Amino acid sequence: MRTADVVVIGGGIHGCATALHLAMRGLKPILVEKDYAGRHASGVNAGGVRQLARDLAEIPLSISSMALWEHIEELVGDDCGFESHGTVLVAENETELASFRARVEDLRLRGFTHEELIDRAELKRLVPAVADHCPGGVVSRRDGAADPFRTTQAFRRRAIEKGAEVLEGVTVTGLSKVGVNWRVETSAGPIEAPKIVNAAGAWADRIAAMLGEPVPLTVVAPMLMVTSRVAPFIQPVVILRGRKLSFKQLGNGTVVIGGGHLATPHRDRNETVIDWDKLAISARTVWELFPAMRAATIVRAWAGIEAFMPDGIPVVGPSSTSEGIYHQFGFSTHGFQLGPGTGAMMAELVATGSTNTPIDGLGIDRFSQRKDPSLRSG
Amino acid sequence: MTKASDLAPSYDLVVIGGGPAGLAAAALAARAGLTTVLFDENPGVGGQIYRAITFSPVKDRAVLGEDYWAGAELAAEAKASGALIVTGATVWSLDPTRLVGVSIAGQARLIEAKRVIIATGSLERPFPVPGWTLPGVMSAGGAQTVLKAQGLVPNGKTVLAGGGPLMWLLAAQILRAGGKIDAVLDTTPRKNWLRALAHLPDFVLSPYFAKGLKLLREVRAKVRVIRVDRLEAVGDDKLREVVFGKGDNERRMPADLLLLHQGVVPNVNLALAAGVAHAWNERQLCFEPVLDEDFNSSVPGISVAGDGAGIAGGTAAAERGRIAAIAAVRALKPEASVPDLQIVRQKLQREAMGRAFLDWLNRPADSFRQPEGDTIVCRCEEVTARQVRDTADLGCEGPNQMKAFLRCGMGPCQGRLRGLTVTELIAAQRGTTPAEVGYYRLRPPVKPITLSELASLPIAEAERKAVER
Repeated sequence: MRTADVVVIGGGIHGCATALHLAMRGLKPILVEKDYAGRHASGVNAGGVRQLARDLAEIPLSISSMALWEHIEELVGDDCGFESHGTVLVAENETELASFRARVEDLRLRGFTHEELIDRAELKRLVPAVADHCPGGVVSRRDGAADPFRTTQAFRRRAIEKGAEVLEGVTVTGLSKVGVNWRVETSAGPIEAPKIVNAAGAWADRIAAMLGEPVPLTVVAPMLMVTSRVAPFIQPVVILRGRKLSFKQLGNGTVVIGGGHLATPHRDRNETVIDWDKLAISARTVWELFPAMRAATIVRAWAGIEAFMPDGIPVVGPSSTSEGIYHQFGFSTHGFQLGPGTGAMMAELVATGSTNTPIDGLGIDRFSQRKDPSLRSG
Repeated sequence: MTKASDLAPSYDLVVIGGGPAGLAAAALAARAGLTTVLFDENPGVGGQIYRAITFSPVKDRAVLGEDYWAGAELAAEAKASGALIVTGATVWSLDPTRLVGVSIAGQARLIEAKRVIIATGSLERPFPVPGWTLPGVMSAGGAQTVLKAQGLVPNGKTVLAGGGPLMWLLAAQILRAGGKIDAVLDTTPRKNWLRALAHLPDFVLSPYFAKGLKLLREVRAKVRVIRVDRLEAVGDDKLREVVFGKGDNERRMPADLLLLHQGVVPNVNLALAAGVAHAWNERQLCFEPVLDEDFNSSVPGISVAGDGAGIAGGTAAAERGRIAAIAAVRALKPEASVPDLQIVRQKLQREAMGRAFLDWLNRPADSFRQPEGDTIVCRCEEVTARQVRDTADLGCEGPNQMKAFLRCGMGPCQGRLRGLTVTELIAAQRGTTPAEVGYYRLRPPVKPITLSELASLPIAEAERKAVER
């Protein structure tokens, strides 16, 4: 019988970061991953490391993550391909720009200064290739991008170096309470530990259901496509609000185009089916916004399977029904940047019972408190 | 010329690839009354074996041989059958719902199909010898394409190296067309005979025997054939000489052109992208789709015929295409009359005779499939064999995981050309099997398309679907 201080379920960036921070606190975590670390959303997302345009409830986690990203090599022994050239939210018309201005002002009143309104001239300076009809936007200058699979693997590797055990190709089949411990049934035998972190991403609702704590999780698969190399012409990550687009040129010249159009996910088969009609909409948006891209060649389209919550923000914090269980899932297509900081916060919470990082509004009880029954079906 | 806008939104049967399997399948299905379209990305049908069959400038029938001209009949049958045959049509996506993404002259369409027959044939096996990326080194298949489509043969000092029946066929075709070959370097290990011998009786009874022997004699009469167990292309900016040897013996030969061939393997790219289950074939050293006796794959409504279903040659490909087409007709139009399946199966069985002997005899040596040192494995990203081996040693278990470290398989070809080498290297280095290591998760587009082509998908359709879903 294996025993541990904490069993972390799920080997995405969140599970690996939490396992690392737990090990750094001197605890013995065992991480259980049904495929291999970074196989799904954490390994194949767009790699955006973005504080910009986040929900208020997750801004503290995003800011604490950013501090770790900026020293990522010290933390995990790999630079993770992280580069910081900012993220720019482009306004396509004056109405959009006005709403952005209101948001930035609201953030300032709350003490957050990472979002900065920019005019047409500054937009052109930051993103010279953008089409002329755009009147301005918002920039978060410390934002950047990293290589997602490399990052997740780096966290996994460093967690192991610090004493975590990582079991890959191992599925969790049941959870039960045995005395003060939880017994985690897996395809590689049982593990006992007093505490469990559910970081199972698109499969996290099944873990929660084992605890009698159903959550309204939707399985989604946001699509991305990448082009062959084109001459460098853009440094920041560019995102839109009115239309779905995220746009980023990597150091090697390839351009990653995303923005949230969805493929059809099949989570029991680890498969996604690309929706070309929707990618064509992305292609037309890029065509209009960046004329220089029209002749670029698309070499690959893909989608990663992940969890989306009804309110678009993650579930982070202790279980509402079961002592010793903590949730860390449902990052709703924007969890990559949050990984390092959420892992640190979760390790603190698990080890000490409390955390200084505000996570109000992210608890799982927000779903059971609602009256709408449609939100309570698993 | 058929334009993208001429295509119907859906067909009973979409056939992808116009080689012998695709042509035979389309002809049979259309004659039985299925609305059938065949897409081929080349300017004319024929595939590689019958490349340029409708327009080849090589008029002397002896040069390419009677087996080549047999393709003309298949092409004519398909044309007469009522199937819509669209050349210059690149299929870049196929998904498990049988939605086919195709581009014609820069215009893209998504076509629904009740049944799909993938007939995308084979690719030449990667042959990563030191120096293979130098100008002046090319695949034998590439040289054959130029000969068939343009009637051109190599001039200058030419060396042909490798093994397998197609290498000998190409040698003969070049010689008959007036070309000169300075040497054939035969890389086939002599010890292959041990495994092959058990299958000799079948081979002797098969049509391959007489043809093969004649071909060998024809080539040997005109060209020096040297057996080698190592091979290297040497030059600075371009190929200058070929270095080869056996045992301690090393020789150098000046050369302007080195043609490489190490047999063919199924082109699995489209089938993999469609989610078709594949398995490792240890005899042929390649991945191939898992199929039933009607060539149905693991994805309902999608079948794979021809060499894409496992290497069996051009004549077998046509019979396989017919069997797959009969299955499609029976599924969609059971009342239609089709040829007797048993007779087709018997013909196919006859074609299979002798294959085991050829496969075992021509199995390429490990050293020609699993390179060492600075030999380039991935041309797009210039990744060497040493880098792949070192990364495997670090704990990287498969080609997909390796991409993040080496970008190998992330360039324009997406690992579609050299994936086998990466899989075999990882397996060798980690002491496991290619079946265990697995292959690249190949994703669409299976062929690169431009942003403009993608943007050209009809908007109305996109919006309609966005609302429906």
